Formats: sequence, structure tokens, C-alpha cells
Amino acid sequence: MKRGKSATNPVPGIRQTMSDLHIWTGLLVGWFLYAMFLTGTVSYFKDELSQWMRPELPRQAEVPDPAVVAQLVAAKVQAISPGTSQMSLRLSDARNNSVNVFWRKPNEKGRRAFAEANFDPRSGEELSARETTGGDFFYRFHFQFHYMPAFWGRWLAGFCAMFMLVAIVSGVITHKKIFADFFTFRWGKGQRSWLDAHNALAVFGLPFHLMITYTGLVTLMAMYMPWGEREAFRTPQQRQEMSAQLSAFIQPGKPSGEAMPLASVEDMVRQAQARWGQYNVSRVTITHPGDAASRVAVTRGEASRVSMSPQYLLFEGSSGKLLEVHDSVGAAAETRGVLYALHLGRFSDAVTRWLYFLVSLAGTAMVGTGLVMWTVKRRARLPDPQRPYFGFRVVERLNIAGIAGLSVAMTVFLWSNRLLPLGMAARADWEIHVFFIAWALTLAHAMLRPARAAWVEQFYAAAVLLALLPVLNALTTDRPLWTSLLSGDWVFVGTDLMLLALAGLHALIAWRVTKHRGTAAKPRRDAAAGARDMEGARA
Amino acid sequence: MIAIPSTVRRSGALLSRILAALFGGYALAALTSVATLALPMDEVQGVLTGMLLSFVVYTCAVVWVFAVRSATRAWVGLLVAAVPLVLMAWSVWSQGGAA
Repeated sequence: MKRGKSATNPVPGIRQTMSDLHIWTGLLVGWFLYAMFLTGTVSYFKDELSQWMRPELPRQAEVPDPAVVAQLVAAKVQAISPGTSQMSLRLSDARNNSVNVFWRKPNEKGRRAFAEANFDPRSGEELSARETTGGDFFYRFHFQFHYMPAFWGRWLAGFCAMFMLVAIVSGVITHKKIFADFFTFRWGKGQRSWLDAHNALAVFGLPFHLMITYTGLVTLMAMYMPWGEREAFRTPQQRQEMSAQLSAFIQPGKPSGEAMPLASVEDMVRQAQARWGQYNVSRVTITHPGDAASRVAVTRGEASRVSMSPQYLLFEGSSGKLLEVHDSVGAAAETRGVLYALHLGRFSDAVTRWLYFLVSLAGTAMVGTGLVMWTVKRRARLPDPQRPYFGFRVVERLNIAGIAGLSVAMTVFLWSNRLLPLGMAARADWEIHVFFIAWALTLAHAMLRPARAAWVEQFYAAAVLLALLPVLNALTTDRPLWTSLLSGDWVFVGTDLMLLALAGLHALIAWRVTKHRGTAAKPRRDAAAGARDMEGARA
Repeated sequence: MIAIPSTVRRSGALLSRILAALFGGYALAALTSVATLALPMDEVQGVLTGMLLSFVVYTCAVVWVFAVRSATRAWVGLLVAAVPLVLMAWSVWSQGGAA
């Protein structure tokens, strides 16, 4: 590493060291962060995307009564899997037109013991939609990636999030004049424009970026920092006491062996509705249905409170008697619940959710502009712009595939959802394989083409693929945009229009890159400003 | 002075800082999460408070490591910060052993 003024001043100032820290923490995991940010941003519309990706499920004109739905589906699962020791129903709501259930199959152990299925909230029948992971793929990818055990994926995500936290704090220290910088924008000035854009995006969303990164770590903190827990708790009871502060999941205890039919789940849900509101019940968990030791937990929904802390009613399954009311947790647990809720944003109404989406998109752009700036700054100082050194080429090509290529791959994922044969074996897995194959191809393309051409071509490719998705949807489903508009199907209308808007955004970026005259050939004009910030370390 | 080329010395110092930030920072954060248990509060809340604080400590530790004049100072700073935490954690460990 060589610092700009190190020849005259052997001790660089704090802003210089923080600038170096910012550059290197940002660059080393920047591509992971970009992908986490973008897939995470899209996940604010996970439920809507899941609906769009299962076009066979009819639009939900009105939300059915959760109490009736819970009774219907619980009975159905009992019929499918008699003797199950645990089932958990995520009820349908305004954003979900299906009931997602997982249950334990009797007489099987480990991961194979769990079954999962989606049910129609009206008929209670198991749904026969196309096999897809839906919006859950982007959601899971953004904190555990893919093709690796979830454990390692989550550690990797935590590692990157920690880098992000350090990059944010060091970035703030670097920019003393942070608010003045926010109102500075110099268009068409090469590196200065990139820096101004990066600053504006960062300052605008700073509270959000800080919040989302820290709360992201909080969602998995028990995994990253298990030491206090290991020290404090010696017995399973103590551990259970803590998980009761974090989650409403009730674990199946020992069955009594005495058969006793399950009382009315509908009545139990009605009691919860009386407490929290008719549509504010999110989950029903039942252990040992049909046994005298059965328990039923009815969990409060996420509306009208910014907290993920468990609030639930616990009933005796056989009698329907209310045993316990869990409506508060300790101060630290509540803090964690609020931070968790802030990250997920599930409490949001439509306006807040759009705000989440837009600010998060700005965060994605902040990471992206930061990555691009690394090459823009160094290109101006290349000894021979035609033959950049190896490290420069690596960053440049990874930027193309990591930013433009990801847009292409995510769009191709949606294409595969419409085009893969419905009866195909492991169809849901193949949608994901197609995503990664497309992403790998964009990397190959980025390595083979000149950098600028690769940027332009990939952004245009993403634009065209995005723009044609509503067309593909019209051709392959019976829910084209005009039908959705006429029937007031806002999930499909919104998704189609959003795809078109994103197509426009990508075309605009591609067009700007085409118009942009490179700064590579020109000498550096703004030497003083260059020295002010992040005088670069050379790889 | 021994004749070590300055680039080697500089890379050594940088490597030392990176290790201090990654592992020293994590150790300090982990220590914080255990030391928090010594505070007079319910055990479950103590565990969670420790977890919540640990990431703040980690971030500050990394910033400290790269902000100070030398790698030696970086390590010394981490060790000084660790002293009270170790004392607090010690009381937790000794209790745990007795129980």
C-alpha cells in the first residue's frame, strides 16, 4: 500500500486511514454486498413476487377469515399425516393467497421428517401450482447464498455485513463535510460525478444503511455471538426460556399416549382475533393433535406494531382452554424484536414498503457506485490504459458481472419461471440453476468483451429481458396486463409495471454509459480534489 | 536498527493490523458478550444485551485498529480495553464453575 502523501508525512491523518479502511473493506466484499443488497431489496416484495411466480393460484379478491382457514387446513393436515407431532400454519393474509404449512411426519427423523406444502385457504385442499421457490429464493440468497450449507452461507453473510458496518462508519469519518457533499453534484465530470453520486446516495440513506446493516447482524446474532449464551445457560430449560423470548414456536413435548380429539381451532383463533383484530393473526402452531397433551399456539400478526417479539396465546389442544398469554418480553428481547422488525419491514403498509424498497435500492446503488469508482479513479492513472494491470482487470470484470450481470441473471430467473416445463423433475431447483448459469455467462461475457461494450451490452440485455417479461407473461398465462388491469389484480399489474419501469431504468443506464466519454485518455484535471479524498492505495 | 526492507516492515505492520481487526476485534466483541452477564440483570436479557452490544464493540475495535499510529498501539489499545472486560467475565466464569 502506498499513500499519497506518505513521502512527506509518515503518519497519515485519521481521514486518510479511514479512507483506506473504507476503500478496502468496501472493495473486498463489495460484490457480495451488492448482491445481498439487491436481492434483499427485492425481498420487500417477496410475497407479491411469489404470487406472480405462481400464476395458477387465483387472485385473492378478499381475505378469508383466518379462524375458518385455520380450522380447515389444520383438519386437512391431520388427515394427510395422522399422528404428526407438530404442524405450523402460516395463514393467508392480504399479501399471501395461500396457507404455507410445515409439519413433522411421524416415524421419521432429522430433516427428512419435515414436510411442507401450500394450501388453498378457501377449499383447504393442497395447492397444485407450478413448482417454484418464488420470491423466497432471493430472500434466502440475501443472507445465506446458495450451493453451500446454510450455516456457512450465513457466516459469510455476517462476515460481509460486518465489513459493511465498518465501511459505513469509516466512510462517515472520511467525509467531514458530509452534508455539504450531499448538496454537491457535478454532472459529467467523470470521477467527481461518481464520488458525488456515491456521497449523495450514502448520506440520503445513511440512517437506513446503518440500521439495515446492524439489524441484519441482529437477525442472526445468536449464531455469530454464541459465547454469552453458552456461558449463561447450562440446561435445556434455560435455553428454552431464552427461545421463548425470541420466537413463538412451541416445541412438541412428550405425548401422553391418551387419545383426545383436538378442540375447535376456529374458537381458539377467535379469541386471538378478539384481542388483536380479525386479520391480525399470523400463525397457528399445533403440537400432538389428537393427544391429551396437545398444545395450540396462536401468534399475533405483524401489523400495528414494530416488533417481531413473540406474542401468542397458548391453548390446551384437547379442551381449547386458554393456558397462557404471552404479550411481553424483557427489555433486551424487546429491543431485539424491534430491530428485527425494522430489518424485515413486515409491519409496513404499502407506502412504507415502497419507501423501504426505494431507500434500499439507493443503498444498492451506493454499493454499486462505490465499486465502479474504484476503477474510475485508477483508470485515470494507469501507466498504459490499453493494458491495465491484473488486479484492475479483475475488479473491472467482476464489477460488470456483479452489477449488470446480476440484473440479467435475476431477470432470467423470472423467465425460467415461465418457460421451464411444468412437469419437469426438480423444477424449482432448475429455476435456481438457470439463474446461476445465466450469471456465470455474464461473467464469461464480461471477460471476453471490452469493458465498456460489456457494460452496455449487459445493461441493454437486462432492459430487453425485463421489458419482454410482461409479454412473456401474457403469452404463457391467462393473466396478461390488460386482464389484470380490468379485474383490478394489483399484484400482477404492479409486478408487470415494475418490470417495465426497471427495464426503463436499465436502458437509461446503458444509454448513459454509451454517451459517457471515458476519462481514461485525459490527464487528471482535478488534482486537488483527488488528493482530498481517498488518495489511492495501489493494488 | 536491523536492516529490514521498509516494504516488508510495512506489510508486516499492515498484516498485524488486519489480524488485530479481524480476530482481536472479534475476541473483544465475544468478551463483551460474556462480560455483560456480570451486569445486574436477568440472565436471558443479559445474554441478549451482550449479543446486541458485541457488534458495536467489534466495529469500534476495527476503526480503532486502523485509526492509531502504529500496529503496536492498535494491539495495546485492544488489550487495555480487554482488561475490564476480562475482570467482569472472570466473575461470570467463576460463578459458572461454582454452580
